[in-house]
Amino acid sequence: MMRRLAFLLALLVPAMLEQTWPAKSENAPEHPAECRVAAPQIEHEFPLPQVARALAAKQLSILVVGAGSSLLPGANGAKNAYPARLQHALAEKLPGVDVKVVTDVKSRRSAAEMAKALPPELAAAKPALVVWQTGTVDAMQGIDLDQFSHALDRGINSARSAGADVVFINPQYSPRTESMIALGTYAENMRWVAVQQEVPLFDRFSIMKLWADLGTFDLYSATKKLDMAERVHDCIGRLLADLVFEAARPSEPHAEGGR
Amino acid sequence: MAPIPTERDLRLDLFRGLALWLIFLDHIPSNAVSWITIRNYGFSDATEIFVFISGYTAAFVYGRAMQANGFVVATARVLKRAWQIYVAHVFLFAIYLAEIAYVAHSFDNPLFTEEMGVLDFMKNPDVTILQALLLKFKPVNMDVLPLYIMLLLWFSPILWLLLRAPSLALIASAGLYTLMWIFEWNFAAYPSGTWVFNPFAWQLLFVFGAWCALGGAQRLTRWTNSPAVVGLAVAYLLFAFGIAMTWYIPRLGVFVPKIVGEAIYPIDKTNLDVLRILHFLSLAVITVWLVPRDWPALKSRVFWPAIACGQHSLEVFCLGVFLAFAGHFVFTEVSNRLVTHVIVSVSGIAIMVAAAAMVSWYRRVERQGPGPRPPTTKPGYAGGDA
Repeated sequence: MMRRLAFLLALLVPAMLEQTWPAKSENAPEHPAECRVAAPQIEHEFPLPQVARALAAKQLSILVVGAGSSLLPGANGAKNAYPARLQHALAEKLPGVDVKVVTDVKSRRSAAEMAKALPPELAAAKPALVVWQTGTVDAMQGIDLDQFSHALDRGINSARSAGADVVFINPQYSPRTESMIALGTYAENMRWVAVQQEVPLFDRFSIMKLWADLGTFDLYSATKKLDMAERVHDCIGRLLADLVFEAARPSEPHAEGGR
Repeated sequence: MAPIPTERDLRLDLFRGLALWLIFLDHIPSNAVSWITIRNYGFSDATEIFVFISGYTAAFVYGRAMQANGFVVATARVLKRAWQIYVAHVFLFAIYLAEIAYVAHSFDNPLFTEEMGVLDFMKNPDVTILQALLLKFKPVNMDVLPLYIMLLLWFSPILWLLLRAPSLALIASAGLYTLMWIFEWNFAAYPSGTWVFNPFAWQLLFVFGAWCALGGAQRLTRWTNSPAVVGLAVAYLLFAFGIAMTWYIPRLGVFVPKIVGEAIYPIDKTNLDVLRILHFLSLAVITVWLVPRDWPALKSRVFWPAIACGQHSLEVFCLGVFLAFAGHFVFTEVSNRLVTHVIVSVSGIAIMVAAAAMVSWYRRVERQGPGPRPPTTKPGYAGGDA
C-alpha cells in the first residue's frame, strides 16, 4: 500500500519538477517521467571541450570504462545496459551527429585495474569522451584511499593526454548491501578528485537514492527479474546523455553552482 | 606522582553515553535521524568523543590501580579489559556473518550483481574468519573495537610514564602521531588496504584523554576558561559549520576560496586529521565552559539514561552495533518510511538505556554479595567502567 502511494507521489513529483527544468519537455514522449530528478543531482559545471569539438565535427566517439554495475546479465544485457542506452539517447538528442559508444566493461575491477587497462583502449577507440564508472569494487575490497585517488588521477591523465574528456560515474545506491559496503569515503574521494581535476561527476548514487526515496524504483526488491534493472539502466543512459549534452554546449557558460 | 581524583566526573559518562547514541544513529545506513548527529555540522564526530573519554576513564581507573597495586597488577587488568573487548568484537563478527549470510541467501536482484560480490568472502571462510580473528578483516562499522584493543595493549607502559612524567608522555604521543604522518604508518588489513582507524594516529586522542585525567585537565583550566580561547573555539566551530554546509548546499561552495578548499580537503578520518582534532578540542572547550563539573543537573533523572550508557560503554557500544544491523534490516524488510526511521532510532536508544540499567543493577547485586553489606562507593559514582 505504502509503496503504491509512494509510486503515485513519484509520478506527481516529476510533474512538479518540470517547472524547474522545462528544457526537458521537448523530448517528453520518449523520456519516461520516472527518470526525472531535480537538476542539482546532475552536476555539469565543468565543460567538455573535446566533446564540443567532436560535436562540431559531427562525429562523437565515447568510451565507457566500467565494472559490474555497467553491465546487465542475459542475452540482451549489452543492448539494455546504460552504455547502449546512452548511445541511443544521444543519437536522438543530436540528429546529424554520428554517435558511437564502445565499452571496456568487466565486473570486479578496481579503479587501479581500469586505469591500467585504459591506454590501449584509448589508442583503439580514440574517443572524445571517457565515461568512467568506478568506486564500488574499491570500497568492497577496502582499497587504500590514497591508492584509489591516485588511480583516478592516473586515469584522468591518460584520457586527457589521449585527447579525451572524462565524466565520472560514482557507485550505485544499493540499499540491501549498504551495511556491508562502506561507500562513503570512496564516494567522497571521488567527488574531491572530480572537483580538483574539473571532471563532471554523474552522481548515480544520489539519483538512485532519490528514486528509492520517491518510490520511482523499488531498489529493495528481491526480484530476480530483469525489467526493473533494465528501466534503471535506461534512465541512467538518458540522464547521462543529458549531462553530456549540457556540458558540451559551447555557447553557454557553466558558471552556476559550486565552481 | 600526582594524586588521582577519587570522584568520577559524571560529565565524562554523560558525553560518552551521548557519543554512543550518536554512533548508533550514524551506523544505520541512510538513517534520516542521523541528520541530528554532530558529524553533519563540522569536521569531527562521535568517534573522537568516544576515544578521548575512553582514554580519560582508562587512566582514571587503571592509574589508581597502578598506584595502589603496582605495575604488574594494573597491566594484568588492562590486558583483561583488552581481552574482553576482543571477545566482544568476535561476537559482533558472528552477528555480521549471520546478517550477510541471510542477505546472500535471500537477495539476487540482477541490478546489484556487482554489489553482491561483497558476499564472496563467504566462499573461503578458512581465510576470512582467520583474518577476522587477527583483526585484519574489517567489516563495515566494526572498526572502533580493534582500535580500542590496540590502544589498551600499549596502554600500561604509557600509563607508567604518564604517572611519572606526564608532559614527556604527551610529547612522545604527539611525536608518534607526527611520525605516522611522515612515514605513513598503519596496520595492514585484509584483503587490502589498511585499518580504518589508524592506531598510530588515534592514540594521540586516547593519550591526551589519559593525560587530562591525571591532572592535565586542571593544568589546562587556566587556558580553557580564558575568554580568548573560548572565542577562538567558537570561531573555529563556526568555520567548520560553514564548510560543512557546503557539503549539502553545493551552491555555497563559491564562497570557499579555492586555496582554502585545497588546504583542508580531504579531511582524513583514518589518520585523525588535525582539523578533526581541533574541531574536537573546540567542542571540548565549549562543553567544559558550559557544563561545570559540579553542575547539579548531572545528578538529575534527565541525564541519567545517557550517564548509565556511558558507564557501561563496552556493552552499550556492542549492543549499538547489533541494533544498527537490526535497524537496517527493518528498513529493508519492513518499511523505509521516515516514521520508521524515527521509531527505529528512538527504540534503539531505549533498548541501549534499558541494557545499561540492567548491567548497573546486576553489578550492584553482585557487589553486595550474599549478605547485607554497606555500600563501598557513593551512589551515583558506582558501576563505572574504564
